[in-house]
Amino acid sequence: MSNVFILADFVGGKAAKTNAELATAGSRIGSVTAIVLAPVGQASAMASTLNVGPISQIVTVESDSFSHNGVAAVADAVAQLLSTKSPSALLVASHAFGKEVAARVAVKTNSGIITDAVDVSADITATQLVFGGSTTVHSKVSHGTPIITLRPNSVSADLTAATPAVEAVALVIAEGAKKATVTSSKPPVQGGRPELTEANVVVSGGRGTNGDFKPVEAFADSMGAAVGASRAATDAGWYPHSHQVGQTGKSVSPQLYVACGISGAIQHRAGMQTSKTIVVINKDPEAPLFEIADFGVIGDLFAVLPKATEGVKAHKS
Amino acid sequence: MKIAVCIKQVPDSWAEKKMVNGTLDRENVDAVLNDLDEYAVEEALRIAEAHGGNEEGGPHTVTVISMGPERATEAVRKALSMGANDAILITDAKLAGADALATSAVLAGVIAKEGFDLVLCGTESTDARMSVVPAMLAERLDAAQLTFASSVTVDPAASKVTISRVTEAGVDEMYANFPCVISVVEKINEPRYPSFKGIMAAKKKVIDVRDLATVGVSVTSAWSIVADSAPRPPRAAGIKVTDDGTGGEKLATYLAEKKLI
Ligand SMILES: Cc1cc2nc3c(=O)[nH]c(=O)nc-3n(C[C@H](O)[C@H](O)[C@H](O)COP(=O)(O)OP(=O)(O)OC[C@H]3O[C@@H](n4cnc5c(N)ncnc54)[C@H](O)[C@@H]3O)c2cc1C
Ligand SMILES: Nc1ncnc2c1ncn2[C@@H]1O[C@H](COP(=O)(O)O)[C@@H](O)[C@H]1O
Repeated sequence: MSNVFILADFVGGKAAKTNAELATAGSRIGSVTAIVLAPVGQASAMASTLNVGPISQIVTVESDSFSHNGVAAVADAVAQLLSTKSPSALLVASHAFGKEVAARVAVKTNSGIITDAVDVSADITATQLVFGGSTTVHSKVSHGTPIITLRPNSVSADLTAATPAVEAVALVIAEGAKKATVTSSKPPVQGGRPELTEANVVVSGGRGTNGDFKPVEAFADSMGAAVGASRAATDAGWYPHSHQVGQTGKSVSPQLYVACGISGAIQHRAGMQTSKTIVVINKDPEAPLFEIADFGVIGDLFAVLPKATEGVKAHKS
Repeated sequence: MKIAVCIKQVPDSWAEKKMVNGTLDRENVDAVLNDLDEYAVEEALRIAEAHGGNEEGGPHTVTVISMGPERATEAVRKALSMGANDAILITDAKLAGADALATSAVLAGVIAKEGFDLVLCGTESTDARMSVVPAMLAERLDAAQLTFASSVTVDPAASKVTISRVTEAGVDEMYANFPCVISVVEKINEPRYPSFKGIMAAKKKVIDVRDLATVGVSVTSAWSIVADSAPRPPRAAGIKVTDDGTGGEKLATYLAEKKLI
């Protein structure tokens, strides 16, 4: 049976939710090996958090270069593992870091690359949604090891418990991969809510909040949702930039996206229009975002959201 | 300093897009300078201006580099009218349908030949939306990768660049020595509008148009192949209610019916 590599993602030393999604997609192609790249001394602790999803094996590499030198060092290690272990494909999470690692590995290993897939089939065909989700494209890599980046939240993860065998591999990171130095790293502030790109539900506020995100947050909390924002809201300093949804912010495709006081500029749509269900609350009946809404409320968000929050709590109890 | 800026001409993001023979139909839509690349042009000019400017005969130059069809000269002119010194446009029939690997190979070929201290890029082309070309360039050029920069500080005397990298993973402070490939996020600056003087001056600036043979790089056909593409069924028309005091409740009921609560 063929072997598929996934590059495991960690947030604060713990396995991210995307790993089970990558493993689920990978398991259709073959048996899944997760690559764990860890600071010196932390590989087994990190590997032990990788305990759900169809993962058969873990390969760990320890080096402080991964955090000190970033993308280039990670790509160097992954490319070395690819050339010694020759898996039939490499799957990586489709975020800024994952795509850059995939890009460099593709160059190093002379392999074709497909980014932002929403699905991967047993014959390593990737499905992408392009042009703002209006067109479905199926493509295949025709040269080298197929390198595919998979968008978070696209594949429903098999969450059965995993007890993979762990193999520690010693590698020397090339000097050429140490040209950039990271002097400090600050993780984004989460405030107890789920991570935006991983959340099943995202509630976003725009200029229509006029700077008051309280009703947006209260509704989000009733739904266990992450909070997003339009650029108008982040630029005004009403919400942190790390929560911006859109072309130059994060791309999200949750089960449910609720846009409150957001008009629906193309740059905002680019980051949310593949969401499964879209709800729009806007007092302007002509707001363009209504065009892609499954459920729209024409009204003042300050009146609608508190009632909706009560309603959700009532349904839950 | 020799500074290069990689820019791409892209279909206007408002235009309706279609697939023809497995690639984007770029013929029949209006084309513009990729708006995210304007921030890269602006940042390149600011870096030069902070250290003595890029006037003729001055210490620094800003060169626009673009790969695309002949009509990409329009986007290149826009960058020149903002204040870049000169431009290289790589255009060749063989590049039709080029993927990111080929694009980065061609751009790297030109950049390596000219020799640049800094190469600036946008973070994403609005048509391909891959965000991979800058990382591929760094790999191919054996240059430091400083990407997703929300601020860039250059010390020409020490040949050193310091950036803040902003991604979903948080904020990293990073530095490296020349040569570097830098991509900038749109929060970094406010691109200038070309002045009348700038537009007139740009008409006289040289666009060095090269084909693949001149660049000396051969490209293979794309290594990712589209098997098929189909328009997705449009979203079924949604439900729309006007709030009369019960809009919030109706929303909660809808979410419950859809089992989203
Ligand atoms: C290069 C570039 C990149 C960009 N990237 C992004 C990006 O990543 N993400 C992004 O979001 N934008 C991005 N933008 C900006 C984008 O073009 C829009 O300007 C922005 O999305 C508008 O935000 P908004 O919808 O909140 O504000 P507006 O367009 O001003 O809309 C506010 C809406 O709120 C409604 N409203 C007002 N008051 C209320 C109320 N009390 N109750 C209900 N509704 C109300 C109004 O009717 C209106 O429809 C980018 C722009 C550029 C040029
Ligand atoms: N054909 C091209 N010519 C010049 N620069 C390009 C080209 N394609 C991409 N780039 C640069 O690479 C960045 C990222 O593009 P992409 O990887 O296509 O999303 C862009 O913002 C440009 O700076």
